[in-house]
Amino acid sequence: MLALLVGAATSFALAQAPAAMPPPPDGEQLYRENCIECHGPEGDEVPDVDLGRGRFRRATTDPELVGIVLRGIPNTAMPPSNFSEAQASAIVQFLRAKATRAAATAGNAASGRALFTGKGACTSCHRVNGVGARTAPDLSDIGRLRHSTDIERSIVEPDFMVVPSSRFIRLVTRDGATIIGRLLNQDSFTVQLLDSKEQLRSLMRADLKEVAFIDQSPMPSYRGKLTPQEIDDLVSYLVSLQGGGVQ
Amino acid sequence: MSERRGASLTSLFVAFAALASLQAQVTFDRLVRAAQEPQNWLSYSGGYFSQRHSELVQITPDNVRNLESAWIYQLNSREPTSTRFEVTPVVVDGVMYIVQPPNDIIALDAVSGRPFWTYSYNPSPEARPCCGRLNRGVAIHEDRLFMGTIDGHMVAVDARTGKLLWDTTVVRPEAGYAFASAPLVIKDKVIMGPAGGEYGIRGFLAAFDVATGREVWRFNLVPGPGEPGFDTWQGDSWKTGGASIWLTGSYDPELNLTYWGVGNPGPDWNGDNREGDNLYSNSVVALDADTGKLKWHFQFSPHDEFDYDAVQIPVLADAAWEGKPRKLMYFANRNGFFYVLDRATGRFLSGKPFVEVNWASGLDPTSGRPIRVAGKAPSAPPGTLIFPGNQGGTNWYSPSYSPRTGLFYIPTWANYSSLYVRDKVEYVEGRRFAGGGARAPVPGIRTGQGGYSWAKPEEGYGAVRAIDPTTGALRWEYKMSDLTWAGVLTTASNVLFSGGGEGYFYALDARTGNLLWKTQLGAVIRSGPMSYAVNGRQHVAVTAGSGLFVFKLRE
Repeated sequence: MLALLVGAATSFALAQAPAAMPPPPDGEQLYRENCIECHGPEGDEVPDVDLGRGRFRRATTDPELVGIVLRGIPNTAMPPSNFSEAQASAIVQFLRAKATRAAATAGNAASGRALFTGKGACTSCHRVNGVGARTAPDLSDIGRLRHSTDIERSIVEPDFMVVPSSRFIRLVTRDGATIIGRLLNQDSFTVQLLDSKEQLRSLMRADLKEVAFIDQSPMPSYRGKLTPQEIDDLVSYLVSLQGGGVQ
Repeated sequence: MSERRGASLTSLFVAFAALASLQAQVTFDRLVRAAQEPQNWLSYSGGYFSQRHSELVQITPDNVRNLESAWIYQLNSREPTSTRFEVTPVVVDGVMYIVQPPNDIIALDAVSGRPFWTYSYNPSPEARPCCGRLNRGVAIHEDRLFMGTIDGHMVAVDARTGKLLWDTTVVRPEAGYAFASAPLVIKDKVIMGPAGGEYGIRGFLAAFDVATGREVWRFNLVPGPGEPGFDTWQGDSWKTGGASIWLTGSYDPELNLTYWGVGNPGPDWNGDNREGDNLYSNSVVALDADTGKLKWHFQFSPHDEFDYDAVQIPVLADAAWEGKPRKLMYFANRNGFFYVLDRATGRFLSGKPFVEVNWASGLDPTSGRPIRVAGKAPSAPPGTLIFPGNQGGTNWYSPSYSPRTGLFYIPTWANYSSLYVRDKVEYVEGRRFAGGGARAPVPGIRTGQGGYSWAKPEEGYGAVRAIDPTTGALRWEYKMSDLTWAGVLTTASNVLFSGGGEGYFYALDARTGNLLWKTQLGAVIRSGPMSYAVNGRQHVAVTAGSGLFVFKLRE
């Protein structure tokens, strides 16, 4: 009954005032209101799903994605919604545009690759597809994990965003030995790291007299060391790294 | 009663229970006297006072290091992705009743862990519970088990066979209503309220006839026109006011009052269109158990915009206050304050922060109303930094009160903050109705999710904090590296059990906080431990990941 009345009222209003077309649904706003709590602001907080970079578990085409937004995934935490088809499409288009922006670059990836292994000496710490050191994060799929703008900023300003999973830590054992490495994990009793000799180490906190996070990134800034064009090239190369290469 | 005498009496009860193995009906009288049969765990919090305290004393600080696995139950759910296993088992005369996500009741042999039967409920595809397709447990009365479902039904099944006795449709899942908590049985009624505060529901508590499932009374947690408190809502905002129920309430048989913590107002993070205090959101309500009439209420966080649900367990204690015996309620609130109330009148007696708090400078000493700090409210991105953060100083996982130590134990999120963002919001039935959100101040920190932790202590850590309830002073702290989703259990032998996001299940000395024993269960501990005895042997049970883990002393 309520629906009938609303429908009648709407028809009446339209007949009286054929107003301008309603604005198209705002996909970004709908995403913020409805999706962000589980998927996160970047769309990457559900395991194996990265909405902002085109990585989905159960769908590839736009109609499939719209279907999931509308109907949810039965017997999972992804609920059905009460969106219109246009609203669901707007959310999907917002996510597609986000993925396109994430990958936008202005350089030459082949030149960037040469810089990565040559002048930049990036492989002395980083590894890509099985080549290079392991002390810094493996970048084989960095193009899938980070926006091009964030990659560029990290090259010239390495402290800008040291993500928690890339933190370095300094440990001093009770017998005075110092161990520095990338923190892999920790809990109330133990600390796990990859040390500067690329050894996986797990230490008991009870055996340590000092545990300290290293706040500065060990990576040098490439500002002034590479030209703006070289930095663009390097970013293009890194964005092209989407995983799946030879390890 | 001396400690020694108490311990020997409890041993006698256990011995008696071992002899009397008959499965008797769980009468209301047994529920009232639950502490006198500590071999059983008859309700979510272990008793009407919700102290999560066991009178069993076989496991002691001296022998707890000899705990070993008795058995493990691994989820066998139709929904393998539903790994939020937050149940507290109920144990009656050697039979354990759990709920497997989303809504399967399972009866297990409490000795071996082998299932007797499974009642499998198939929820509607319209179900959209905000925070997990899960259930925290059943209630029992005589031979009936009661469960609320994620699609808004109340069901009763036969405790011996698992056969459905009645199924009452209570609320509409397509509007975001769901049941997540364990119901509470009082006399011939089973009491329950819906979750859904993130969907603009209108919360309530209702009592159902245990025999028929017929609704007997209902109390609106968002008052409608003509009801007291209606004037605390602006315009039509009461229609979508939230105030959900996430956790089981408590009961004082002498006062015949039942106490329930109430969830946040809707929309969560934008209060612009709901000017006023928004009763009874973020309150504790005391209702007459027979009629559902409100006796008193106390609102912890008026006009909340921080998602500070008051959905913690109202813990009841008969203890001295200013030198005189008094009927008290202890309430460690998500908003960061620990409260003591007079549970006969609702009078505010004291409130002290137990974590860092920056949204209020303190509480009014007479009314207990928070004194707000100007400018501390959700704002445009990147938002306003607020302590405690969105998950609060504590949350749904149970605290414990030990009459033996006189201490109140709070599973705590310390040094924890969030950036609160305000956003536009429009109500559409069945859609989230949030008006913003809360983000971690450090992107990618992902604390408390299990598996990995890279956080610095100043970015938040989990702890068990032991508070002297008479002063609010911190007596001791057991600090973890990661955050916690584990409740606390204490026993009359001064053993405290808890766990955390790292997957350790551990025992502390309840007097000192010293670690006595620990074991790694391999996933986030996401429930409150409980204890029971069968064949004279004390067991301790807790869920972690997709398993229920049960321990007993090595023989």
